[in-house]
Amino acid sequence: MRRFCIAAASLLVAGCNRGILDPVGPVGAAEKQILINSTAIMLAIIVPTMIATIAFAFWFRRGNSKATYRPDWEYSGAIEMVVWAIPALTVMLLGGIAWIGSHDLEPSKSLKSASPPLNVEVVSLDWKWLFIYPDQGIATVNQLVIPAGTPVSFHLTSATVWNAFWVPQMGSMIYTMPRMATRLNLQADRQGAFNGLSGHFSGDGFPGMQFQVQSLPADQFAMWAQAARGSDLKLDGAGYAQLSKPSSYVKPMTYGAVAPGLFDAIVADRAPPNTVPAPQHNKPVPGSKP
Amino acid sequence: MTLFGRLTWSAIPFDQPIPLITSLVVALALVGVAIWITRIKAWPYLWHEYITSTDHKKIGIMYIVLGLVMLVRGFADAIMMRAQQSLAIGASQGYLPPEHYNQIFTAHGTIMIFFVAMPFVIGFMNFVVPLQLGVRDVAFPTMNNVSFWLTASGALLVNLSLFLGEFARTGWLGFPPLSERAFSPGVGVDYYLVALQISGVGTVLTGVNFVTTILKIRAPGMSYLRMPVFCWTSLASNLLIIAAFPVLTVTLALLMLDRYLGFHFFTNDGGGNSMLYMNLIWVWGHPEVYILILPAFGIYSEVVSTFSGKPLFGYRSMVFATLAICIISFMVWLHHFFTMGAGADVNAVFGIASMIIGIPTGVKIYNWLFTIYGGRVRFNVPMYYAIGFMLTFVIGGLTGILLAIPPVDFVVHNSLFLVAHFHQVIIGGVVFAVMAGYTYWFPKAFGFTLDERIGKWIFWCWFIGFHLAFMPLYVLGFWGATRRMQHISDPTWAPLLNVAFVGAAIIGLGIALTVVQLLYSIKTRERRRDITGDPWDGRTLEWLTLSPPPHYNFAVLPDVHGEEAYWTRKQTAIKEDRLIDEPNYQPIEMPLNTPVGVICAFFASVCGFALIWYIWWLAILGLIGAFAIFVWYAWRDEHEHVIPVEEVRANARERRRIRMEHLHTLSQST
Repeated sequence: MRRFCIAAASLLVAGCNRGILDPVGPVGAAEKQILINSTAIMLAIIVPTMIATIAFAFWFRRGNSKATYRPDWEYSGAIEMVVWAIPALTVMLLGGIAWIGSHDLEPSKSLKSASPPLNVEVVSLDWKWLFIYPDQGIATVNQLVIPAGTPVSFHLTSATVWNAFWVPQMGSMIYTMPRMATRLNLQADRQGAFNGLSGHFSGDGFPGMQFQVQSLPADQFAMWAQAARGSDLKLDGAGYAQLSKPSSYVKPMTYGAVAPGLFDAIVADRAPPNTVPAPQHNKPVPGSKP
Repeated sequence: MTLFGRLTWSAIPFDQPIPLITSLVVALALVGVAIWITRIKAWPYLWHEYITSTDHKKIGIMYIVLGLVMLVRGFADAIMMRAQQSLAIGASQGYLPPEHYNQIFTAHGTIMIFFVAMPFVIGFMNFVVPLQLGVRDVAFPTMNNVSFWLTASGALLVNLSLFLGEFARTGWLGFPPLSERAFSPGVGVDYYLVALQISGVGTVLTGVNFVTTILKIRAPGMSYLRMPVFCWTSLASNLLIIAAFPVLTVTLALLMLDRYLGFHFFTNDGGGNSMLYMNLIWVWGHPEVYILILPAFGIYSEVVSTFSGKPLFGYRSMVFATLAICIISFMVWLHHFFTMGAGADVNAVFGIASMIIGIPTGVKIYNWLFTIYGGRVRFNVPMYYAIGFMLTFVIGGLTGILLAIPPVDFVVHNSLFLVAHFHQVIIGGVVFAVMAGYTYWFPKAFGFTLDERIGKWIFWCWFIGFHLAFMPLYVLGFWGATRRMQHISDPTWAPLLNVAFVGAAIIGLGIALTVVQLLYSIKTRERRRDITGDPWDGRTLEWLTLSPPPHYNFAVLPDVHGEEAYWTRKQTAIKEDRLIDEPNYQPIEMPLNTPVGVICAFFASVCGFALIWYIWWLAILGLIGAFAIFVWYAWRDEHEHVIPVEEVRANARERRRIRMEHLHTLSQST
């Protein structure tokens, strides 16, 4: 029995310390806090209600001669006032939380930070994720590398059907929709690897739309970006045409060069430019410490 | 262009054993049932008593039978999904490839909402509302029959997709652009669209019928504020049907224009906008939730009041809360897609509006609670479901409000947390009510009660099975599990998914026991006869008449005094130890049976089938046939048949004799 309790407790702890309950950045942490606060507020109301349901039903069972049967009791103004007031006050409180939370955590709002954000353009394809780093001139597939402690500013779209960009441990998800660009700002304070996925069903290859987020120290991120530029793969018109063919469970890839304006071309449903710029090895990388 | 459009032999899934064998088994079962009916020579009975019946009670029973049959189909889909998610973890791909798994979850959602929950709820409204209002039928009895058969036609087409072609692989709301021809070129989405269009017409007609009935046809003295709460919730639900289902029809019609005629409402190119579809479908989809749950609330109100032996606490408050929910439910649709990025103000307004629905809903819970308070509670099966509902629904409400807080929704949207939430309110809310109502009104429909002991086993199967099946999904949602996954990458999810599978299996046991309970109760019906017509010491007018009620329900429409029409009358009778004076019986005019519904639905099915397979000539024929039957109906000479006064009087006297005996027993016991 004791062993069972310990096993159950450890399972509970492990269970409570994963996914959105183990946030790695300010957005996820704030959302987890709202989740816990709101749950606590509502539990304070519903637990007594549940206990009362069982207690009333048990006490007023037909066999209980001690209970007073009041066959005509059907109205009490005082009780009515209370039963309208309890949910109304709860909702006022939670409504306040929702209003403030919606504004604080609006996905398009930039995060407060001393360092400038890293720009990443996200494109959902059938069925993989393309991450374009416009300032670095590189791109990756199914692997998002970011500097820890630096806000990341995402522009997102889809080249085919809807998906939702979701890294549970970082916080908010947002839809990627064709011919439209959405915005999302996230940050990972912790280094490490986190799972990302699509949160909106998109067809047969959907379960294979998983990606890894690598959160690296800023200097390592700069080194990674530098090394990425050495990749022979080029994301020009032909490279993009190749990539956009339906495929799933795609292994991470890195493109050393990207056709400029590719993201805008995808949003506008134009043919992507078929040229890639020559490598520029001296351009400073935003997000890296000088 | 061939004679049969895109219908070829390749439409039959010879290479897929699961749908092929299932279809063959179902086909054999249907043939078996048909042979059995032929051998016991029951076709004329079925034709006259059910298929062509305009009796609201018979139509209600047919709706509920349809719901039960489709529940088995929808559950088969559910257990297959749970099995796949328990097997397809890590290296294994399970036994269902994506193109099959995706059809299954789409079919599960579509069937459970449109062909299980809706027929159940509409079935109960059909059976109960005219009886509770103290009248003889709905406002438009023939249209009622048409409504049922059009719903059945939609169900038929959905099931046909198992054997011919495929069903949609898009999810139960068919979001474009995935559902557009560019991404879903097959017949699956067309099956979905056509089936829902046909059954949607039936549902709108039901809405018109019941709003008219409740507003215009009530027993003398049955003012609005004397109507039982189930009638109020039915009124609210049908007002929502009238307002919301046309939106669904138009939305699906626009998608059909895209798919069939190359329009660009929701396409990626040509100026289409898929966000528009998302908005429109939820403008229907959110009220739809309340179309289902409001009548369920009505059932709980009847059950809690009857089995607590008390009037419903705060009746006017309940009526107000019902109408508040009815109206606010139209103003919250955006909470289904906070993650679209509409902006903080929009998200916050819709989030708060959604929470506001929680206020009248919370009030209802408290009013049931205070109905129990001071009562003398009898724990019959319907009361088990009512209390089980009150316990589990508040948790569903909690998670619902969490989902209504935009920043929380940002991290649980579309996850298994959401799946757990809506199953908690639909199973814990609607299905429990359906099971409660089924047990509660069964004796009224068939004249004998269902077995209590097996009924309680069924309750525990649902209650325990539900919690085992869905509580783990809340946790998985927190872990970052999204819905509609044909394959699970993370092996640590396996234990919870296996628990969920066990839970689903227990629910399956409950469904199997429901069949056992029905057969056992039929076998032992002689000793469970409801002689009095009032097996539960009821309070509303359906318990005034016999079980089963005569075709015309009441020999004379009851005169209603006070909020609880039958209870008041019963108490007066007990006190005075006499029934009211024998009224002056009149011959009763009742509507004739009609084959219009089933013929119309036959042609609608033909037309729908032809549209799905691009067999244009047949589609036109089907449409002409469906129209022609109404023209034929419009020129009918006879509208009604008359039940002679002698028959009415004889039946009524027999009922009075039974009542009198019952009254003596009651008077002696008090």
